[in-house]
Amino acid sequence: MSETFEPKIIAFVCTYCTYAGADLAGTSRLKYAPNVRLIRLPCTGRISPMFILKALQKGADGILISGCHPGDCHFTHGNYHARRRWMVFRSLLDFMGISTERVKFSWISAAEGGKFADLINNVTEDIRKLGPFDQYKELIRETEAPATL
Amino acid sequence: MAKIGVFICHCGENIASKVDCTKLAAAIGEHPGVAVSVEYKYFCSEPGQESVKKAIRDNNLTGVIIAACSPRMHEATFRKVCAEAGLNPYLCEIANIREQCSWVHTDKDMATEKAMDITRSMIEKVKRNNKLQPIEVPVTRRALVIGGGVAGIQAALDIANAGQEVVLVEREPSLGGHMSQLSETFPTLDCSQCILTPRMVEVAQHPKIRLLTYAEVEHVDGFIGNFKVKIRMKSRYVNRDVCTGCGDCMVKCPVKKISSEFDCGLGKRTAIYTPFAQSVPNIPVIDKASCIYFKNGKCKTCMKSCQINAINFDMQDEFIDLEIGAIVVATGFQIQNTAGYGEYGYGKYPDVITGLQFERLATASGPTSGKILRPSDGKEPETVVFIQCAGSRDPSKGVRYCSKICCMYTAKHAMLYAHKVHHGKSHVFYMDIRAAGKGYDEFTRRTIEEDDASYVRGRVSKVWLENGKLMVRGVDTLLGRPVTIPADMVVLATAMVPQPNAIEFAKTIGIAYDEYGYYNEAHLKLRPVESSSAGIFLAGACQSPKDIPDSIAQASASASKVLALFSKETLEREPVVASTNEATCAGCWGCVLACPYNAIEQKDILDRSGRIIKSVASVNPGLCQGCGTCVTFCRSNSIDLAGFTEKQIFAEMMAL
Repeated sequence: MSETFEPKIIAFVCTYCTYAGADLAGTSRLKYAPNVRLIRLPCTGRISPMFILKALQKGADGILISGCHPGDCHFTHGNYHARRRWMVFRSLLDFMGISTERVKFSWISAAEGGKFADLINNVTEDIRKLGPFDQYKELIRETEAPATL
Repeated sequence: MAKIGVFICHCGENIASKVDCTKLAAAIGEHPGVAVSVEYKYFCSEPGQESVKKAIRDNNLTGVIIAACSPRMHEATFRKVCAEAGLNPYLCEIANIREQCSWVHTDKDMATEKAMDITRSMIEKVKRNNKLQPIEVPVTRRALVIGGGVAGIQAALDIANAGQEVVLVEREPSLGGHMSQLSETFPTLDCSQCILTPRMVEVAQHPKIRLLTYAEVEHVDGFIGNFKVKIRMKSRYVNRDVCTGCGDCMVKCPVKKISSEFDCGLGKRTAIYTPFAQSVPNIPVIDKASCIYFKNGKCKTCMKSCQINAINFDMQDEFIDLEIGAIVVATGFQIQNTAGYGEYGYGKYPDVITGLQFERLATASGPTSGKILRPSDGKEPETVVFIQCAGSRDPSKGVRYCSKICCMYTAKHAMLYAHKVHHGKSHVFYMDIRAAGKGYDEFTRRTIEEDDASYVRGRVSKVWLENGKLMVRGVDTLLGRPVTIPADMVVLATAMVPQPNAIEFAKTIGIAYDEYGYYNEAHLKLRPVESSSAGIFLAGACQSPKDIPDSIAQASASASKVLALFSKETLEREPVVASTNEATCAGCWGCVLACPYNAIEQKDILDRSGRIIKSVASVNPGLCQGCGTCVTFCRSNSIDLAGFTEKQIFAEMMAL
């Protein structure tokens, strides 16, 4: 009974800052929770809200979005687009009854390996506290919707 | 039908110790579409690469996954391997199971499970990869060097001497930078002006160099090989094409008591001036803020004295547009404002000066003609106290880093002082002596042993004036007791900090900077002269505090990078670019708003008689940098990004 819940978290990261930061955490041999799977994108500007919805639908318990710090975007302002999109999207999530706590947004630069490791640990802990994300699954069961899981 | 080859690398023990590679290979072998799933100790080794090539040929693979280190490490290596085996290189993907799995996790089962997820996800992606061809873009063979200090001069000369065109932009009226202000340079004590001015003249006379002084970079657009740069030529009010540099105007100018920036406030200049006698170009500028004519509309004395009518008070700033292939940023440093150190009395006592001011006193072309004289009364100081680390290595009030040059220049100052004032006595307060460099430690030893400078290891807590003496209270940590030295002059080795507008400028040209405002190199060890943006290189103290030899070495390294770029007429770019689906594009132009590079244009689709049927968005692959912001913006899913298509990303996600 004491088995801890291991959440499944999907991270969408940009290749220039956060992916490089994650690599730095690796080369520095920092240790962090193994619950997060990274999806590498050229820029956070490439992240569509559809990715987040699909990941949640597919069974992710939490989502992490991370890119370059404001002002440091390799593509000058892709991360500003991402930030604005997220501000709009989070109210939509809230409206749908999905806790915005499940979707985290952060900035990690290529030099912040330590911060990356801390972030992964914190996000994992936070999502673990929220518990598994069953809303979709329940909804699909109830409505017998033919959505693919 | 997909035939994917998965190659799982042990990386010695780096991966194999935390990920059960045999189990991984077996599990992946079961995955639909996987034709080959093998493990090996080092796939990046020669036999490893050969085995990948053989597997591609023998099995007619349609995609390759290398489950190994980060794509930032070996993606290029394995794409080349694929290309050599006849497979399109963009059908190769890397599953990062080292940096982001084996190195960061301790539980072997969990790590193996994660490695499986990562690999499966990449398999699903690579199944949907398209064959891509690299994009060739032309290279404009003209370099822009920003900053005319010693680093900028070196970079410009190196590039120009190799036969390529250079535009050198300097915002001050003359070339020279900080080095032109120095007296003699460590560790050889050769006079700074003597070694620098011939190079300044060489720049001005070089047929391949276009020198733009009193000019600033206003705007940078474009990308590697194809930058578009706008330069503001600030109005000098002196026609640079006709002025002969005779200097009559400066003699006649009635405003003579402006504190000279070049002499760090120790000398005076006129309102129409050249910063120093050896200025290149030797063409004066009018300081609009101090000129009487600009203040109250009367004077024009300089205009009357000019025999060739070179002075024009109606001159306006001009703009020059340049096409540039590569940029070298050599914008230099400034010294920290010492006003925060009230305890040292800088600004309060005129005889407490900075190291740069001491340089001006010690130089033969300076305000005292090379005599060490106190600014307050013009007397020769009998005792001088030098305080090192006045701002450096001080996290509470100054900067955390070491400014690197202060130990050496303070030793040089003490030495020059001993040579010029024979009966003088110098004391140096230091934290550590950091004299690493060719001939550097010998130099500091010489100051201590031959020139009798007394070095005191400790910090200074206070400087105050008592009976005409500057009392310096500090601690000698080696003897463990406080010391008070009555001095005639105190010299502060102030910290080097980035230029005041360094961060703003970094944003203008689009390069990354650190917490202080120094410009970031692409990799601290492996790519020390490249900035975060392709085609923009760094030289000198704009990257970190540096002495002259280091600045010159970095400038030459930058120049060689520029020349390597210019050695070909075109350069190959990753084909990660967006493209539109003209059939579904509704022409809302949302993507145009989203694009940071103005790479999306309007394209009219015409019918047979030439009438416009509709207008759609069209991506210019030469300008597109592949960020994908437009893809997310598109309401009708009419744009996709090669290499990161919607299909690929969704597939990647579905496999997790």
